[in-house]
Amino acid sequence: MCSTCGCDQPDGVTITRVGEEEVKFKAVEAGALLHAVHHHGPDAGRLVEVEQDILIKNNQAAAHNRHHFESDGILAINLVSSPGSGKTTLLEQTLVMAAGLTCYVIEGDQQTMNDAHRIAKTGAPVVQINTGKGCHLDANMVHHAIHKLTPVPGSIVFIENVGNLVCPALFDLGEGFRVAIISVTEGDDKPLKYPDMFESSDLCIINKMDLLPYVNFDVAKCKAYARLANPEIEFLEVSATKGDGVEGWINWLQRQR
Amino acid sequence: MHELSLVMGIIDIAEEQVKKNHGSRVDQIELEIGTMAGVVMESLDFAWDVAVKNTVLRTAARQVIRVQAKARCMNCNNEFFIESRFEPCPICHDYLTAFVQGKELRVKSLVIS
Repeated sequence: MCSTCGCDQPDGVTITRVGEEEVKFKAVEAGALLHAVHHHGPDAGRLVEVEQDILIKNNQAAAHNRHHFESDGILAINLVSSPGSGKTTLLEQTLVMAAGLTCYVIEGDQQTMNDAHRIAKTGAPVVQINTGKGCHLDANMVHHAIHKLTPVPGSIVFIENVGNLVCPALFDLGEGFRVAIISVTEGDDKPLKYPDMFESSDLCIINKMDLLPYVNFDVAKCKAYARLANPEIEFLEVSATKGDGVEGWINWLQRQR
Repeated sequence: MHELSLVMGIIDIAEEQVKKNHGSRVDQIELEIGTMAGVVMESLDFAWDVAVKNTVLRTAARQVIRVQAKARCMNCNNEFFIESRFEPCPICHDYLTAFVQGKELRVKSLVIS
């Protein structure tokens, strides 16, 4: 995929494939991914007009990932939500019910291999990224995870981001689609409180619908709030634990391929 | 706390420019940060002090230009400054607006010596 960029593992981050021995990596060399940027500024001691996006490194790595996904016909999905909204459970159900699809999973958490072990039980190849102190995945971490995962052309790669509705919004991973998950046990005004995430998502999955009779969650209100942030956002209502609506989600995935 | 990642990105840009211009340090750095770029300035300050130690930015004076967010009404084309994403057009009260500016996250210039 990128024999030219020569980049190394991000500092403090571990990326582990289930069944593999954990390996510690060296720090990334500053500027390793910056080879596309050329600036011919004046001599030292002078003002240098840079006009460079602070996220340029991440955006370049994301473009690199996206190119890889697109050239191999891989559908990459970035799943974002608060902690506990049911991302992993939805993935488990999806992998069981979508037996005809070839799927891979990248799991992102600060600590533990727990989610990767849950996914591995479904038989899907999975890589766990532990961000250590980090509050989000970035494109470089995903790049390394993809190298470990080696997904075949035409497959689906699910990237389960760190549970956090704020920071992951800013970091493009090179995904084809961003999917925000909100559960009915949260507040229906989440899209108002965290508009960045809903603005940048293509689909909003409302999960734990089986619990709707017991909680104070207004589905119509939640959708209206999300549409304020993003008028084009689509919605699906599911119950990942019961499997209700998961088929609709699988159909949605198939339409994007 | 993604502000720490942002500061790391700024340090990378500065290191690269210092190297390219055969300098040894940055005396001044000018940043452009939109009011809706998702940056908490207090968190940026905190992350900055910790992260720039032992880098070319350790003694750099930092100047931040805040770009006030602006939206354009999709109905009447009026452009207006906004404090939040959900403000209607002050003229026609339509909620359908497009973002014009306010998400900037840029290193504008450096003074290198």
